[in-house]
Amino acid sequence: MLKSTFPWLIVAVTGCVMIAAFFVPPLAEWKNEAGAWFEILAAMAFVVGGANLFAQHLKKISARRAGWGYSAVTLFSFVVTLVVGLFKVGVIGEDPNYPWAGHYQAEGSALWWLYQFAYQPLIGTMFALLAFYVASAAFRAFRAKNTEATMLLTAAFIVLLGRTYAGTWLTSAVPDDYSALTFPGMTAIILGVFNTAGQRAIMIGIALGVAATSLKVLLGVDRSYLGSDGD
Amino acid sequence: MIDLLRNLDRRWIFLAMLLAVSIPILAQQSFPERPTKTVLDVFNYIEGLPEGSNILLSFDFGPSSDGELEPIATAVVRHCCLKRHKMFFMTLYPDGVPLPERTIKSVIEQEFESYNFKYGEDYINLGFNNAEELVIIVMGTDIKKMFPTDIEKKPLDGFPIAENITSLEDMDLIFTITTGYPGMKEWVQYGSSPLGVKLAVGSTAVQAPEAYPYLPDQMLGLLAAIKGAAEYEAALADKYPAFRDPAKNQGIKRMAPQFWAHLLIIGLIVLGNVVYFADRFQGARR
Repeated sequence: MLKSTFPWLIVAVTGCVMIAAFFVPPLAEWKNEAGAWFEILAAMAFVVGGANLFAQHLKKISARRAGWGYSAVTLFSFVVTLVVGLFKVGVIGEDPNYPWAGHYQAEGSALWWLYQFAYQPLIGTMFALLAFYVASAAFRAFRAKNTEATMLLTAAFIVLLGRTYAGTWLTSAVPDDYSALTFPGMTAIILGVFNTAGQRAIMIGIALGVAATSLKVLLGVDRSYLGSDGD
Repeated sequence: MIDLLRNLDRRWIFLAMLLAVSIPILAQQSFPERPTKTVLDVFNYIEGLPEGSNILLSFDFGPSSDGELEPIATAVVRHCCLKRHKMFFMTLYPDGVPLPERTIKSVIEQEFESYNFKYGEDYINLGFNNAEELVIIVMGTDIKKMFPTDIEKKPLDGFPIAENITSLEDMDLIFTITTGYPGMKEWVQYGSSPLGVKLAVGSTAVQAPEAYPYLPDQMLGLLAAIKGAAEYEAALADKYPAFRDPAKNQGIKRMAPQFWAHLLIIGLIVLGNVVYFADRFQGARR
């Protein structure tokens, strides 16, 4: 009862409230209440997620499993960030009588420093590395093996050229009346016609799937999100 | 030659990419840009709004997409400043909290210092809310329910800019700069479409194809990654000559490395296929 019916009831009531609030204007205020509840739950999810991360990495370190050193670095970074953020280390408020009143990410604070000089450069570097791997993959994997792959390759060439000045320059001799034959023109057609048609088909399919799954969840037919009995 | 290509160490490819990207940056190379329709639609709409219109700028991205999206934010905020629109900043990303603050400092407080914009009167930073798409849903009826205070936790009711603001319907434009979830789709589904508020989007390159089905009815226009920023900067420079200096336009500057990187990738695909067809040809002969 507590493991299955009660969670389903919460889901069903919340779902019905949101549907009613959407379709019945006088009940629109209900979704604001649901929003406030969701805010609290989402904040709690941060706590649960943090605790789970802590527990998993601690287990890995204590068992000396392969790569435990990385877990130690993760935990150290996690604890340092949490402590300087929670205790507003280095935050200077506008009023010295209320030193805790300043914003936790105020410029010059320890958390601001960590974000500015550790988190931002690290994550920026990681994503910048993608350019190197994309180049390597382009050489090794992008082959015209069949008709579909050749079409994909042709579209990729046109878009790659059309999204830079190279495409404009290469087809600069084409008169304005035939701009659809330039690389930027062909790029616009690929994105605006072929891509849009494909995307719309996918979106409609997904929307129908979401509606069907939501209905199954609301009616209690699908309870897979609650986990199995053994969990 | 084919053997050399077949056994090419990938570190040579990495070196080629490094050179293709770094030389144009060091040489400060730039190419001319011509704004396309999806960008011009956004530019002309912001340009045509009366002075003091309300624009909501949602920075729905973190530092991972900063390289692609920061030039879009700068160009659009610059345009809003020129037109003296009222700007409401917010974010739906927990690691995106400092990003609106940075743009406010660099554009509103430094570049447009002479305009004397006042915090709370001409612009405000609402900060972050963790309720994902529910933030948008609730803002559709009551913005202050989701953001009762600004980022400094000062009550919103105390700021003149928030006096006549109740819901998203009071915004003349929603501009989301987005990298994924929650972002573009959620703003269309729960913000602009049901309320009939104009929405413009600045997105990463990988997300841009997903935006096209919404153009032009549910989405006013699209600034796709660096190219979108560069085109917006070009439109701004056409209208306001003070912004013709390439040094001020990060999008245009960043298009030069992209130009050479794209050419390199095309060259690598061609070379890879040369090896592939040479192998097939040799296999058929045997």
